[in-house]
Amino acid sequence: MSVDNTGVRPIPGPPRPYHFPDFQSVRLSNGVEVIAAPVNRLPVATIRLVIDAGARTESSDEAGVAALTASGLAEGTTRADAATMADEFEQLGGSLSTTATWDATQAATTVLADRFESAFRLLAEVVRTPALPAREINRLREERLAELLELRSEPRGLADERFAGILYQPTSRFSLPEAGSEDTVRELKASRCRTWHERHFVPAAVTVIVCGDVELGRAATVAEEVLGDWMGVAPPPQAVDDSPRNVESAIHLIHRAGAPQTELRLGHVALPRHHPDYYDVVVMNAILGGVFNSRINLNLRERHGYTYGAFSSFEWRRDAGPFSVSTAVATNVTGAAVREAAAELERMKSGPPTDGELALCTSYLEGVFPIRFETTDAIAGALAALRVFRLSEDYFDTYRERIRGVSAEGVMRAARAHLHTRQLQVLAVGDREQIAQGLGELGLGTVSEVPA
Amino acid sequence: MVHGGRIPVETARLENGLRVTMSPDRTVPVVAVNLWYHVGSANERAGRTGFAHLFEHMLFQGSANVGANEHFELVQRAGGTLNGSTWLDRTNYFETVPSHHLELALWLEADRMARLLPAMTQEKLDTQREVVKNERRWTVDNQPYGTWWERLPAACFPEDHPFHHSLIGSMEDLSAASLEDVAAFFRTYYTPDNAVLTIAGDFERDTALLLVERHFGAIPSGGPREPLRGMDVPARFGSWRRELVADNVAVPRVFLACRAPVFGGEGYHVSSLTAGILGTGRGCRLHQSLVRDRQLASVATAFTFDFAKGSDLLIIDATARPGVSADALEAAMADQLDQLRTQGPRQGERERILALTETAFVTGMQTVADRADQLSRFATYLGDPALVNQEVPRYRAVTDTQLRAFADSYLGDDNRVSLVFVPSDGAPVSVS
Repeated sequence: MSVDNTGVRPIPGPPRPYHFPDFQSVRLSNGVEVIAAPVNRLPVATIRLVIDAGARTESSDEAGVAALTASGLAEGTTRADAATMADEFEQLGGSLSTTATWDATQAATTVLADRFESAFRLLAEVVRTPALPAREINRLREERLAELLELRSEPRGLADERFAGILYQPTSRFSLPEAGSEDTVRELKASRCRTWHERHFVPAAVTVIVCGDVELGRAATVAEEVLGDWMGVAPPPQAVDDSPRNVESAIHLIHRAGAPQTELRLGHVALPRHHPDYYDVVVMNAILGGVFNSRINLNLRERHGYTYGAFSSFEWRRDAGPFSVSTAVATNVTGAAVREAAAELERMKSGPPTDGELALCTSYLEGVFPIRFETTDAIAGALAALRVFRLSEDYFDTYRERIRGVSAEGVMRAARAHLHTRQLQVLAVGDREQIAQGLGELGLGTVSEVPA
Repeated sequence: MVHGGRIPVETARLENGLRVTMSPDRTVPVVAVNLWYHVGSANERAGRTGFAHLFEHMLFQGSANVGANEHFELVQRAGGTLNGSTWLDRTNYFETVPSHHLELALWLEADRMARLLPAMTQEKLDTQREVVKNERRWTVDNQPYGTWWERLPAACFPEDHPFHHSLIGSMEDLSAASLEDVAAFFRTYYTPDNAVLTIAGDFERDTALLLVERHFGAIPSGGPREPLRGMDVPARFGSWRRELVADNVAVPRVFLACRAPVFGGEGYHVSSLTAGILGTGRGCRLHQSLVRDRQLASVATAFTFDFAKGSDLLIIDATARPGVSADALEAAMADQLDQLRTQGPRQGERERILALTETAFVTGMQTVADRADQLSRFATYLGDPALVNQEVPRYRAVTDTQLRAFADSYLGDDNRVSLVFVPSDGAPVSVS
């Protein structure tokens, strides 16, 4: 007689060891740092140039210049026009990606490893000697303005962009979108981008990351050749005002007549990446709204069916970035959904998580670590973050241990210290006629309307 | 390890018909388990649009030995990632886990393939119905242009064609779905002989096969399944049809679709490269002309849907710059098709898209999850996962003459459907 053992859960064997890829770095005499992480799983190489030129450094009246300059890098150099440059990259099989975030500008490409040298040469040219031609910069500016116009009928993006203005001081660069607002972008010109480039794109502000089937020696040799004679002095560091605008809870509403759903954001200004509570906060957020079986998602989605998904996140910057809960809920349950989400924040502060919740999240964060770094681009991205946030050299080697070390008490302390429920700001993009009254009755502050 | 751009592929078949594909790569201690069921929205019966996708949600609500949402819990606790997705003719479920948890992923998939129904309850169905309705609101109803991905197949396939109706489904049909539907769908389609199981990453072949046999071997085969009816359509539309949609959008957006050879069929690789010449990267024709030179569009791309049955669609998608009319944009898009037809590819265009395609193929093999999904795709649609290793050579074999002949026979005005979104001030949803 056979025994039905289908209900017996598999017991895992011992894990195989994993180490984040070894990386080494050298510094060229002009200050450019070159980091190489040789990974030869597949014959590809990612090259990423990280420039210490983030939107945080912009003055408020030039908001968007970092993003516009980053886009402009792809529009030709003093040697080759935009179409030629695009073709040269793509004949190598590489797509050029250029972005500016709050803390840095990055230019990157991934190619088959035997094309590494040619790709690096082009990438260096793009970063050092972009033409930033008026015609293309004007076009990119108009495209950004078109994007902002389109956002007015796109509730998700609209909520994301407008939430910043609710959280930060109106005079702070952080109150405007990362890529600038209509008012600031409209004024940007090619000359402004060239000035920005001249000031911030200097060798001492540049880190080159090479990840893939390439050794440090080769990466450094090519780097010396294509970047070694670059001169310039880094500008002095700048501070940004990351203090909160509203110190009391309030509800903000963007009216969208007839909307079948309400886009919701709940949050406040939180803490900088460098804060010593980082690991406690990461685990706390996973329990609150990070993993699928987080408190917020189980409540709003699986218990109530209010939404397709609900999650929370801390956005990490050098300065204090926002904490936010994001979800879109059926219009008729808007008030109830905000109440449930806010209650989960309070509950997080009211006591330690269960052992089960803590174990779920620490073992998730620990176990998923190697899955996050399967590609050369992901590894290069991680190394970029290491420099952007000035983390310690052993960060990747100690990460899992630090996560494992987070206790239930630590999670509770992090919730109490970093979830500011009395300052909670709520943004709802939805139909005023159907949701304003319910929102007003929650006791989370008065409801005021924000123009789209 | 990959040699010369080839990935290792091994196959096996259990007695119950389950096809197994394995691709070991022991460089990183992670492993992907990927299961494709050969069923999608095309298999839905009348009055049950959206059911295949709602059913996918129910597969995360537990099985005989797994509690509601415990599937997510167990995989995430193991340090893994997971999800599922529904398409017109297939539904996939996948986990990536640290490699010592391979058996957990296999057991979870086997438990729901073998013993789903004991865990199904009316309450779970009702909740997931609400979740899916919110997914519809989020992706379709409350998004500008959100209806495009149900309007376009509807415009491109005749009314009685299995690809015609909405994948996400109507609110009415979602409301009508019952537990009896769940049971019938499960018994018909969620059987080992209608599935492909792929394991990719850090595992040992013999051990993995033993585990597969242990957990899936006793699951009985299914009964006969009705084949999809009326899949065949003419190779070309036979005309140029146009559908105009006034919607709550800020600027016009135009989709221009051409019927094209199916994924895996004769001419597919030519079609795919043609889409790339037109609309992949910054060096493509649409970007150079519509975005950069003429400044009619803020974005313009082209791609193939990669349908493996009936007919594929090659689609051009462009969003107008403010102030540019839908007509002007559509005319410029059509002009790009006409130019490619009359002049053929320019020097270097084929090389450019080939280089991009090769890089995308190799980088796409970097994660075990993507690798496993590709293998399942080739096994499900073409019957042979090892064909994945023929992809790059088959792309390389395409000639300029073939590209020109393809453009001439598929991109003409006898083979076009336009879906045109224009702003409507009187639309029910507007932002003030």
